[in-house]
Amino acid sequence: MPLKLNVNHEVRTVDVPPDTPLLWVLRDLLDLPGTKYGCGIGVCGACTVLVGGKAVRSCMTHVGNVAGEPITTIEGLSMDATHPLQQAWEALDVPQCGYCQPGQIMTAAALLSQTPHPTDADIDTAMSGNLCRCGTYPRIRQAIHHAAESAHAPTLKG
Amino acid sequence: MSNNYDLDRRSFLKVTVLAGGAVALGLYKQPWSVAQEPGRRPAFVPVAFIRIDPSGVVTLMAKNPEIGQGVKTMLPMLIAEELDVDWNDVRIEQADVHPELFGPQFAGGSTATPINWDPLRRVGAAYRQMLVTAAAQAWGVPESECTTNCGKVLHAKSSRMAPYGQLAAKAATLTPPDLKSVHLKDPKDYRIIGKSHPSVDNRAIVTGKPIFGIDVNLPGMLHAVIQRCPVFGGKVKSANIDDVSKLPGVRKVLVIEGTLSSDSVAGWEPGMESGVAILADSCWQAQSARKNLKVEWDYGRGASQNSDDFTKRAAELLKSAPAHSVRSYGDADATLKSATKVLDAVYAYPFLAHGTLEPQDTTAAYSDGKMEIWTTSQMPAQGQALVSHALGIDPANITVHMCRAGGGFGRRLMNDYMVEVAWLAKQMGKPVKLVWSREDDIAHDAYRPGGTIGLKAGVDAHGRLVAWSQHLITFGEGKTLVQSGDIGGDQFPAGRVPNYSLGMSAIPLWLRCGALRAPGDNAYAFVQQSFLDELAAAAGRDSLDFQLEILNAAPDPGTKVDPNNPDLLNPERMKGVLELVAEKSGWRNRRKSPGRGMGLGAHFCHLGYFAMVVEVSVDSQNRVTVHHVWAAGDIGSQIINPAAAESLCCGGIIEGLSHMQQEITLTNGHVDQANYHQHPMLRMRQTPAIEIFWRKSEFPPTGLGEPALPPILPAAANAIFAATGKRIRTLPLMRSGFSFA
Repeated sequence: MPLKLNVNHEVRTVDVPPDTPLLWVLRDLLDLPGTKYGCGIGVCGACTVLVGGKAVRSCMTHVGNVAGEPITTIEGLSMDATHPLQQAWEALDVPQCGYCQPGQIMTAAALLSQTPHPTDADIDTAMSGNLCRCGTYPRIRQAIHHAAESAHAPTLKG
Repeated sequence: MSNNYDLDRRSFLKVTVLAGGAVALGLYKQPWSVAQEPGRRPAFVPVAFIRIDPSGVVTLMAKNPEIGQGVKTMLPMLIAEELDVDWNDVRIEQADVHPELFGPQFAGGSTATPINWDPLRRVGAAYRQMLVTAAAQAWGVPESECTTNCGKVLHAKSSRMAPYGQLAAKAATLTPPDLKSVHLKDPKDYRIIGKSHPSVDNRAIVTGKPIFGIDVNLPGMLHAVIQRCPVFGGKVKSANIDDVSKLPGVRKVLVIEGTLSSDSVAGWEPGMESGVAILADSCWQAQSARKNLKVEWDYGRGASQNSDDFTKRAAELLKSAPAHSVRSYGDADATLKSATKVLDAVYAYPFLAHGTLEPQDTTAAYSDGKMEIWTTSQMPAQGQALVSHALGIDPANITVHMCRAGGGFGRRLMNDYMVEVAWLAKQMGKPVKLVWSREDDIAHDAYRPGGTIGLKAGVDAHGRLVAWSQHLITFGEGKTLVQSGDIGGDQFPAGRVPNYSLGMSAIPLWLRCGALRAPGDNAYAFVQQSFLDELAAAAGRDSLDFQLEILNAAPDPGTKVDPNNPDLLNPERMKGVLELVAEKSGWRNRRKSPGRGMGLGAHFCHLGYFAMVVEVSVDSQNRVTVHHVWAAGDIGSQIINPAAAESLCCGGIIEGLSHMQQEITLTNGHVDQANYHQHPMLRMRQTPAIEIFWRKSEFPPTGLGEPALPPILPAAANAIFAATGKRIRTLPLMRSGFSFA
C-alpha cells in the first residue's frame, strides 16, 4: 500500500513494504542521497535524519513507522546552505572526507534545537553516537559552539 | 636523491612491488620513443590543467583522487599561486584518470605534496608566462616590462591592463615554455600558499549533494550485492539461485568463480573472491534478497587458520633463531652478555581493518566493447589496468571517473571491488552499482597484518644504549611476506646503536593484507618507541634525553648518511621536533602523580618527522582517559594549507588512538568481527585536546597523510606506564588489561 511521507516539507508517496528502512527509501527512491549508509545497525550515525525534530537513525527506522511525520534530511536543513551549522561547518573547514558530516550536522541540529548553548559536555553526550573515521571531532565541537554563538540562532521546523 | 621527486614531461610514476609487499613509489623516465609517439600528448601541458573563460573564471583541474586528505583543494592552490589569480575566481573540477595528461594520479604514501609541489607550481607559472606573452604581443611591448596581479597582466609604463579572460584565447595558441625554465615566486610573495583555504567541496558536503561514489545514479542501473565466502579464498559449491531469483526486485543472481592467487595475498593483484552476486532494482531489494540466500561453500585452505594458533606459533618461533637475517652489524649477542643492564620483551600487535566510513563501492556501465567506471579508488589507473586484464578490454576503451571517496586509509589501493563491478556490468550489459555492506567490508578487507616482535637490548654502565636485537615474527612464505608485513633494516634505532641485529621468521597466511595509513610504521613505531622508553626507565634515564643521545651518536659506518636525502633519517630534524614538543608540553617539568602520567613518542616516516607527548589518567578499573596531546611536526619549509594540515594531523592522532582498541581475529578462517561495534573507533567524548606545532625546515614540503599517526601509539602507551607502572606490550589495550574510558 502506498505510504505518504512528509520529507523536507513535501509530501512524497512511495510504494514499498512498510519495514523498508527509511534510509534506502530516501537514497534510492526519493533521490535524497545526502543521508549516508555507514553500518546498517545504528552504531555510526551516518544515516541520521530528523523525525519530528528528533535525531533518528534512518537505517533502523521502518518507513511505515514515520509516514505522516515531518522528516528533515540534510537536503532540507535549509534552502540555501544558510543554517548556522552548515555555515560553521564550511567556515571552520570541518570535513575531511565529508561522508559522515550530514549525519553529524543533523545530530547537532537536534542538539541545538533542545540546547541552544551547549557546553562541551553537552556536545560530547549528544555527538558521541556519530562516528567520524577521519577524526574531525575537535572541529565539529568547535563548529557547534560557533553556530550556537552566531546571531542567527537556529530555529528548526519539523 | 631529492631529484627523485622532480617530474619532467617524460616522467611517470611506477608502482613497484618489493619483496615483503612494500610499495616503492619511484619515478622512472619514460623512454623518448613512447613520449614522442604520434597522437600521445606529453604530461604537464599547462592547458590541460587550466581553463580561463572570457569572464575571468579560472577552472583548475584537480588531478588526484580525493579521499579526505584535501588534495582537491591543495593541489590546485599550487597552480593558482603561480598563475597569480584570485582564489575566489577559481573553480575546481575533478580530472578523469588520464596519467599521460596529468602525470601520476593516485592517493597513497603521503606523496601528493612531494610529487606535485614543484611541477604543479611550474604549470601555473608557465601559463602565467603565456598570458604575459599574449599581452606583450598585443601591446607591442617587451614581456619583461609586464607584470601580473590577481588575474590581470599589467604594463605600468603605458598604464595598460588586461584581465586574463581577455588574453586566454590568444595564450592558448602559444607554445608552452619549458617548464624547467619558468620563473617561480619567492615564497614571501605567496598569497594563496600558506593561507588556510576550506575544502572546495564543503558546500556540497554540508548540503548533501551527490558527490561520493555511493551516490552515483545512472538510468536503468541495477544495484548489486555480493555474498563472498566467509573464509578467504573459499569457493561456492552450490546456492539456491532459483529461489533468490524470484524475490521482489531481483533481476539476476550470478555465481562468481573467483580468481584469487598467491599475488592476492602478497601483491597488488587483489583478484576476485568467489561468491554469489544478486542484482536488483534497488539496493535494499538486493540486500533483502541476500538474507534468503543459502550457499554451500568449499572453505578451502583458509578454514584451518586461527588467531590463537598464530599466537602460539609466534611464541614457538621466538624460541629459535630467526629464519632470515634482515640486517646485522657489530655483535649484538656478545654485547648483550657484557651489558650492564639487559631487557628482554615481546611485543605484539593485531590485524586491523580499515573501516572507511563509505563502504567499498563502484559503478560500471558496459556497452559496445566500452567500459565506463565511476570509482572511489586510491589507485584508479591500476584499477583500470586490472579491469583490462581481467576482462580483456583495451585500456583505451575503459574510462575511469574519480568520485570523492568517503575515506581511503589504504583500503582503496586495492581495486577488488572495481574488478567485481566491471565484471558484473559486462555480464549484464547494463549499468551496475556495487555497494558492499559494512559486514562485507570488515570481513573482506586487505588487513593491516599483525605481528610479534621479540626484543633484547642492553645499556652500559653510563646508561647508554649499546646493543639492540630483534626478531620479527610476521606472515608470509619464506622471504615473501604479506603486504606491509616487514620492517626495514633502516628503522630507528638501526644505524644509531653500535651493535644491531634484525631477523625475521614468517608464519604462512592465506588472507589478503594491505597498506593501512603509515603501513609498517603504524605497528613498528609502537614497538620501537615503547621499548626505548622501557630501556630509558631501566637505565634511570629520562626518555627524551635517552632518545636525543641515540640521535647524537655517530652512525654505524654501514649506514647511509646524507642530510640532503629526504628518504634517510635526518637526526637534526628528529631532534628538532622532540625538543619542540618537549618545550610545548612542559615535558621537563612534568608532574608525577599516581594515576596520571605523560608519555613521549617520535617517528620518521613518509619523509615527515613527528614527536608527541600525551597526558593520560587511569582509574582503578584501568580505564584510560587521554587528556591532552602535544604534537610537533617537520614536513619541510612550507605548510601549504594550514587549517587542513592541522586537521589531518588531528585525524592521524585520533586514528592512532582508535588502532589501540581494535583487532581483527580469525576463528577457523572466519573473521570474528562483523561491524563497527566490534572494531570500535574513537568517539568524540574520548577525544583529547590536541595541539599541533610546526618546526619549519629548509626542505621542500612533504606529505601529511601518514607521518602524524605512528608516534601517538607509543606516546599513549608510555603515558599509561607513567601513570600506572604497567607496560603495554600487547595491543589492543584490552589484551593488556586496559581500555579507553
